Amino acid sequence: MANEHGHVVHAGSSHGSTKSYIIGFILSVILTVIPFGLVMYPTLSESATLIVIWVMAIVQIFVHLGFFLHMNTSSEQRWNVVAFAFTILITVIVVAGSLWIIHGMHSNMLAH
Amino acid sequence: MSSEVLHNHVAHAEEHGHHDAGSMTVFGFWIYLMTDCILFATIFATYAVLSGSFAGGPTGQEIFELPYVLVETFLLLFSSITYGFAMIAAHKGEKSKVLSWLGLTFLLGLGFIVMEINEFYHLIAAGHTPQRSAFLSAFFTLVGTHGLHVTSGLIWMAVLMLQVQKKGLTATNQTRLMCLSLFWHFLDIVWICVFTVVYLMGVL
Repeated sequence: MANEHGHVVHAGSSHGSTKSYIIGFILSVILTVIPFGLVMYPTLSESATLIVIWVMAIVQIFVHLGFFLHMNTSSEQRWNVVAFAFTILITVIVVAGSLWIIHGMHSNMLAH
Repeated sequence: MSSEVLHNHVAHAEEHGHHDAGSMTVFGFWIYLMTDCILFATIFATYAVLSGSFAGGPTGQEIFELPYVLVETFLLLFSSITYGFAMIAAHKGEKSKVLSWLGLTFLLGLGFIVMEINEFYHLIAAGHTPQRSAFLSAFFTLVGTHGLHVTSGLIWMAVLMLQVQKKGLTATNQTRLMCLSLFWHFLDIVWICVFTVVYLMGVL
């Protein structure tokens, strides 16, 4: 019965084990404490800190996707991953495009 | 014995029917989350553009308290793992465990929201209202939208706890638990972006 329950909802998202949740949690704690620590007690230069906190954030997003949302490359999850990839594309266009356009407008009109 | 086998067979066939319907529901909910992600992208873009427009008002460095934000972050992170344990219990069919893990998740989420409201209250009491500068408008919009999502998640969780309590871990309730699981973990991912872009970069 337990096995059948495990298959009630499979596509869309699979379920993890206690171990995978704990590994994900420990990784997340590390990837949260380091950037907070670097900003609260500055040890690196400002630009180096910026790079580190961004890298940590992106790695932590993938840790959450893998260990908490259980995204993977199996065939049941193909459409989830395709939808996600498309969303990332749109997100990058919206955020980077906005910053680019407004920055260009600022330096062409307001700064001079 | 034979009736048991037959029963199992029928139960399995029924579960199989639910399986497909349930997985389509979860996939549909995933598509909703992707659109929600684009909503957040537009708000993040707005914040990124306006984050330097202080209009003589306070800067992020002056108003953000990182230790406070770190506690909020940990409340959300703990609630993610407790929700994960609720899902494991749900797959094993342990109703009372599901309810206690969900209850703990609810309390952690509630703690997060109370801390956020407290932060907003102190900012507004000090005159740092959304009307003060474009930076503060964008800040309250972004963090407030995330907070509203968490609040909706809490209401949903309370309703779902009642449904599980009443009807047990039926296939429908399993699907609902899975959807809320995606929603809850998704909000934690958005919060990673919030604390990085707003709080850490604001103080840096």
